[in-house]
Amino acid sequence: MDEIITLNQGSGGRLTHQLIEDVFRKYFGMPEPLTDSAIITEAGGTIAFTTDSYVVDPIFFPGGNIGKLAVCGTVNDLAVSGAVPKYLSAAFIIEEGLPLKDLLTIVQTMATEAKKAGVKIITGDTKVVEKGKCDRLFITTSGTGILDPSREHISSGKNIKPGDRIIINGPVGNHALAVLGARNKLSFSTSITSDCSSLNELINKVMMKSTGILFMRDLTRGGLATVLNELAGIIKLGIMVDEDSVPVDEPVRGLCEMLGFDPLYLANEGKLVIVTGSSEAQKVLDIMRSDTLGKQAAIIGEVVPDKRNLVTLHTSIGGKRILDMPSGTQLPRIC
Amino acid sequence: MCLSIPARIVSINGKMAEVSAGGSIFKAGLHMIENAKPGDYILLHAGFAIQKISEKEAVETLRIIEEMNNAMNDTP
Amino acid sequence: MKYIDEYRDKKVISKLADMISKSVSQDYTFMEVCGGHTNAIHRFGISSLIPDCIRLISGPGCPVCVTGRSYIDKAVKCSQQDDTIIATFGDLIRVPGSASSLEKERSIGADVRIVLSALEALETARLNPGKKVVFLGIGFETTAPGTAVVMKMAETEGVDNFFLLNAHKVMPPAMEAIIRDGVNIDGFICPGHVAAITGSGIFNFIPEKYGLGCAVTGFEPVDLMQSILMLILQKNDNAPKVEIQYNRAVTETGNVLAKRNLSEVFEPGDAYWRGFGVIPDSGMKLRKKYKKLDAENLISAVVSENEDDAACICGEILRGVKSPSSCPLFGTVCVPENPTGACMVSMEGTCNTWFRYKLNG
Repeated sequence: MDEIITLNQGSGGRLTHQLIEDVFRKYFGMPEPLTDSAIITEAGGTIAFTTDSYVVDPIFFPGGNIGKLAVCGTVNDLAVSGAVPKYLSAAFIIEEGLPLKDLLTIVQTMATEAKKAGVKIITGDTKVVEKGKCDRLFITTSGTGILDPSREHISSGKNIKPGDRIIINGPVGNHALAVLGARNKLSFSTSITSDCSSLNELINKVMMKSTGILFMRDLTRGGLATVLNELAGIIKLGIMVDEDSVPVDEPVRGLCEMLGFDPLYLANEGKLVIVTGSSEAQKVLDIMRSDTLGKQAAIIGEVVPDKRNLVTLHTSIGGKRILDMPSGTQLPRIC
Repeated sequence: MCLSIPARIVSINGKMAEVSAGGSIFKAGLHMIENAKPGDYILLHAGFAIQKISEKEAVETLRIIEEMNNAMNDTP
Repeated sequence: MKYIDEYRDKKVISKLADMISKSVSQDYTFMEVCGGHTNAIHRFGISSLIPDCIRLISGPGCPVCVTGRSYIDKAVKCSQQDDTIIATFGDLIRVPGSASSLEKERSIGADVRIVLSALEALETARLNPGKKVVFLGIGFETTAPGTAVVMKMAETEGVDNFFLLNAHKVMPPAMEAIIRDGVNIDGFICPGHVAAITGSGIFNFIPEKYGLGCAVTGFEPVDLMQSILMLILQKNDNAPKVEIQYNRAVTETGNVLAKRNLSEVFEPGDAYWRGFGVIPDSGMKLRKKYKKLDAENLISAVVSENEDDAACICGEILRGVKSPSSCPLFGTVCVPENPTGACMVSMEGTCNTWFRYKLNG
């Protein structure tokens, strides 16, 4: 096979079939024969369905690559709605000239991650475009899973009331700065790695061992501040956050100080917030801390009555300020 | 743009230094600093060390605040 | 983090808040003239820790905000030249010029690169000998010495494809212009990093000539609170002076080496400040020896001194006369994603800060 991906491999003919066979079907383990649509037979139920495109630059960064993001991101979107993720599709737009070994690494990562998350990649698409028409590689994954009706309120947060607690599973800002560091190797070097990971196992533990999970959402672009503002808007209440309680790794804090970023606005790929009643909060915290992806879990705030639906931050020095929605891109193309 | 943070000099190579702030390493030009050595703390701004930080004065500032506070609370 | 954590200690802050509330005996208005201070005050919620009788207002401390529209027009024109790379600090990219911005030019093919340092800009020139690299030099006395060092390096090494589009300015004349404007201020929270370079002596004229207090201030919450206390006591005692709060980085004489670099490359000149017009001797002009590195040589004369939208009151905001909430465009037409005036573009701009911290609400 050629060492780089060429336009010929995207034209649908023999070379495309060879690429699919040698790369995608091989590592994703798709059954023969490959049909236009994957056919799924499932017990009847409510279906959760999501899609996301991944255009991160650069495609390799400390802690992962675009393929890992593509699997974890979509798995997480399903898992935080309370669904059990089952099947993914993966569509690739490849820039002519991408080294084959890069594609192989990425696909192998996706296969590994899918296996870890207990999902199957069962259908996909491949296109190759001319040089300059896409930035090395874009991936779109859609995912589907089964949602138990008793969990439907989790996405809407409709049972949330003042006094309920907000919990996060770990430190924020790592992904954004890992990608930035990979992009700016000349200006500075950092040990920060992306937190990219599939959260469905952690979520499953929490859902199995506790009741009273009122809301879940994963943090991506726009960071913690965005999700909290979205939540406040949905439930039409206010949120109080204690800045000191929000876990932030020391290197992330340092780099943020240097570059003028606020970690509360930075992208994450392995973090979620959970809202639960005040009496349940400690129990949920303990369950999360027993999992590798929740070791630094913390209660970071609570829901409060507020007609203006604002998110208020109690600052680390004892002051108070509003934590608003971020405006514009702090950092472009980090997922 | 006023962004300037205290960073510790890790190594020096001619007029350039590697400085560490919160666990990340940055490059800093030492063109405006005399007698810099590894272990010194400098203010890093836009890729240059613009001043050395005086540990003595840093400690003094906090001590003065403490003193003032005691004095104010002693006064009836 | 050393020299940061100790200056954010809750217990120390609490003591300072206590001392401040015990010391106030009247109303006070203090002005800061540094984007870093504007941001720190709001980020940490300093206002929520001090009594209401103390009013903190922002002056022209954001170098992006005070740069006139014509500078952006010149930068845009440079970016449109063949074989030209623009190297700039991040904030300038989105500032609107008369008809375009660097961000817009980049989206249609101009080579505009964000750098974190003038050294990176020079390195870009070394690595691209076939192209012209134009470095956008904005900033006050904190940033200008770095530009000066790099200009000297370019000249000595003969890097003849490196150019400077200069808009460096100095602070004191603008502070004097504000005082003479009659803005009601009891004292200045003086920019600590400017003073780290220049020395605190540059502010001596303020108490001596105008009887207003000065506290040369660092950027951590303890620094700001201590300075506010210093200014309160100066006012109470009617003893205005220049006090150095930030003594771990500031002396009366400053950084002699940095100042020498500055004066080798630059000399005082008049400069245009948004909101003020031309202020004599408030800018830095390239000395004759370095004029060949002036990016203005690359472009023909640029059109507009045509300033902002009539409804935009950035000028009055920069002079500390009005606050963002009195601007008809603030938060509606003029938002960070779609800024009308420079005060909304830069992260250090007063309007941008107010918007992000929802101070009007």
